[in-house]
Amino acid sequence: MNDFPKDQEFLLPASNVFIALSLLAALLLNWLPWHGILLALHPDFVALVLLYWCTHKPYRVGIGMAWMIGIFADVADASLFGQHALAYTVLAFGGVVLNRRMQMFDLRQQTLQVFPVLLLAYVVYTLIHWQLHGYVAWTYFLGSVTSALLWIPLTLLLQNMRLPRPDPDDL
Amino acid sequence: MEETQSFRFFNRGPGPAARLVFFVLLSLLLLFVDARYRYLESVRSAVSIFTYPLQRLVAAPGALWQQADSFFTLQGNLLLDNTRMRQQHTIDAVQLQQLQVLQAENQHLRDLLALQQRTAFPMQPAEIVYVERDIFKRKLFLDKGAQANVQAGQVVMDDIGVVGQVTRVYPWLSEVTLITDKDHSVPVQVLRNGLRTVVFGSGDTGDLALRYIPDSADIQEGDMLVTSGIDGTYPPGLPVAKVGHIERDPAYPFARIQCFPVAGVDRHRQLLILSGLPKLPERPEAVVETGADKPKRGRGRKP
Repeated sequence: MNDFPKDQEFLLPASNVFIALSLLAALLLNWLPWHGILLALHPDFVALVLLYWCTHKPYRVGIGMAWMIGIFADVADASLFGQHALAYTVLAFGGVVLNRRMQMFDLRQQTLQVFPVLLLAYVVYTLIHWQLHGYVAWTYFLGSVTSALLWIPLTLLLQNMRLPRPDPDDL
Repeated sequence: MEETQSFRFFNRGPGPAARLVFFVLLSLLLLFVDARYRYLESVRSAVSIFTYPLQRLVAAPGALWQQADSFFTLQGNLLLDNTRMRQQHTIDAVQLQQLQVLQAENQHLRDLLALQQRTAFPMQPAEIVYVERDIFKRKLFLDKGAQANVQAGQVVMDDIGVVGQVTRVYPWLSEVTLITDKDHSVPVQVLRNGLRTVVFGSGDTGDLALRYIPDSADIQEGDMLVTSGIDGTYPPGLPVAKVGHIERDPAYPFARIQCFPVAGVDRHRQLLILSGLPKLPERPEAVVETGADKPKRGRGRKP
């Protein structure tokens, strides 16, 4: 983990298919039927994966992409059109702004950087809800904490999947 | 990002701040249009055609698990169930005979009074595909949509009472707002004395609330609330809730009354969608909206 910024240049370039599949997987994870306390705690996988791509490949996955995915999330969730889209737009902006800074930090420090951005997206979503319905479910914010905690495993996972495969014919 | 903007060799389009402003404005516009005018239902159902198979895919493992679970149900359980159901059947059969007599009598009395006939409502079974994924909402998705002639505003119930109301219809799905949703209200009557009122959801699964009931109103713990049929949205006489706890505090003008839904609002997998409600004559235009089932703040349900 300590020499993580240095071996970044050995990562394979992320293919469009890989990015699309990771986002799709995140959407599917979000759509799992969560219940009860898990519903309050469940991390927003889409936000995390979006943030990963926005910080690592800001010219490939940017604000426009985040907005599109937000629209899909809105339809699937039966929330108002634009509710997720707005939250993810703000999130993607945060990710693009963080892009340079993230490369100087190790994963633990990155988590601290990522948490406020996630929290901001959650606040945006809640603000819209509060504006329309006039009440706030405070347990909802727990999700931003679990999402931030998932940053390290998710980054490791995606980095690992982007590592070049050792060629069996090498030796 | 500042350096990249000043030293830009390749045109990358507008900067992130400009994009942010653009998409934020776009989202706000969509939010406004959707909340106020609901113009976007067709777009929503078009997008849902893409998301629907994915959602089914995600729900598949759970459904498979349930099927496997029911397949391996112990025979003992089945036997127990069978005896219980047989007993229930005997009791029901006796009650049904009385019901027939009562129906005939009721018909006769209604004929005498020249009241409009209460008809039996056609209903279609539907299965819950997903429950709410949003902690703010009490919603379900059923597997019958516009293809099965479901319409927004229809009532959803289980074998005991009202569960909710269809609020949005997709091609193969329909969205049901449960009676416990914070924004949902049902016009009801107290079965014991016919007191008309409205029961509101509380946002919790097991709770409903009667608001705006004066301290002096004749309402007791254990009273049954049934739909009044006023407003033409709900058919009359369906059980909705039972009064649980009444708090009469003279400091407040209204009593605080907690109710519990009689239907298994958060329990079943199969539900019934009622259709073919009696057409009421048009409500005269009123200056002040006082409808019992008034939609709140643009998240209304029925046309």
